[in-house]
Amino acid sequence: MKIKDGAVILDELDWKILQALQENAKWTYKEIGRLLGVAHSTIYDRIGKMEKSGVIKRYTAILDLEKAGVKYVTAIMTIFTDPKESENVAKRLSELEEVLEVSTSLSEELMILAKVVAEDQEKLHSFIAQSVAPLQGVLRIRTSIVTRKYKEEEGVKNFVWSRED
Amino acid sequence: MVITSSTSRILRKVPRENAFYFFTSIGNYTGESAPSLEVFLEKIKEIDAKSLEFHLYRGDFERWIAGTLGDDELAGNIRDLKTMTPMGDALRDQLYFVVSKRYSKLREYAR
Repeated sequence: MKIKDGAVILDELDWKILQALQENAKWTYKEIGRLLGVAHSTIYDRIGKMEKSGVIKRYTAILDLEKAGVKYVTAIMTIFTDPKESENVAKRLSELEEVLEVSTSLSEELMILAKVVAEDQEKLHSFIAQSVAPLQGVLRIRTSIVTRKYKEEEGVKNFVWSRED
Repeated sequence: MVITSSTSRILRKVPRENAFYFFTSIGNYTGESAPSLEVFLEKIKEIDAKSLEFHLYRGDFERWIAGTLGDDELAGNIRDLKTMTPMGDALRDQLYFVVSKRYSKLREYAR
């Protein structure tokens, strides 16, 4: 990992370490070193630098709520907004704990995409009616309830670490 | 005097977060809202009938009118409307009739 003009530049080994960590963050330096054919001291050094620079934000556990016996519904809200209020709406949504992801998108109209979870459909509706629709600048909302998830991944993909710099 | 104070409470404009928000189904907000009984009455005329059906049969109208505006009588009349299971424009007409009748009466009390 290098820092050039304040920007972090990762090399192929860094990306491979990140991919290994995203596969299993509980792997030891020794295990990652063995996997990548590199000394564990190098892995220790690289991970330390990436933590310090903020490339690695934190380590967390990914839960399977269904296996934990938690019933919930996930929905994707498309929120059409007044362009002047869009940023405020996105910020306010980000503060709500029911909202897991918030992003903006521009197609024909400016809109905000937000992933939301609730215990059931009734609570989902109440949340949208009481906490999202009243936000200043919300023009209308389309909500799609997720019925089945086929893939969900947030790891470093091959397209990232195999790219040519 | 009692009538006047409760009447003005029912006819008041409520804050944005307590307004009625019209949806057509779970999570699908039309962009229309009513912060008062007066605006609610206007919206009945123009809102998608699907939205009226959605809210009537969930009990949302009666809940908002009794809970937020404080008009138990109108809430009861709307509850009774459900027993006739009106749909589409018939629902719109009947709901408009019930709400406008009550609204006119309240306006008279308020004078």
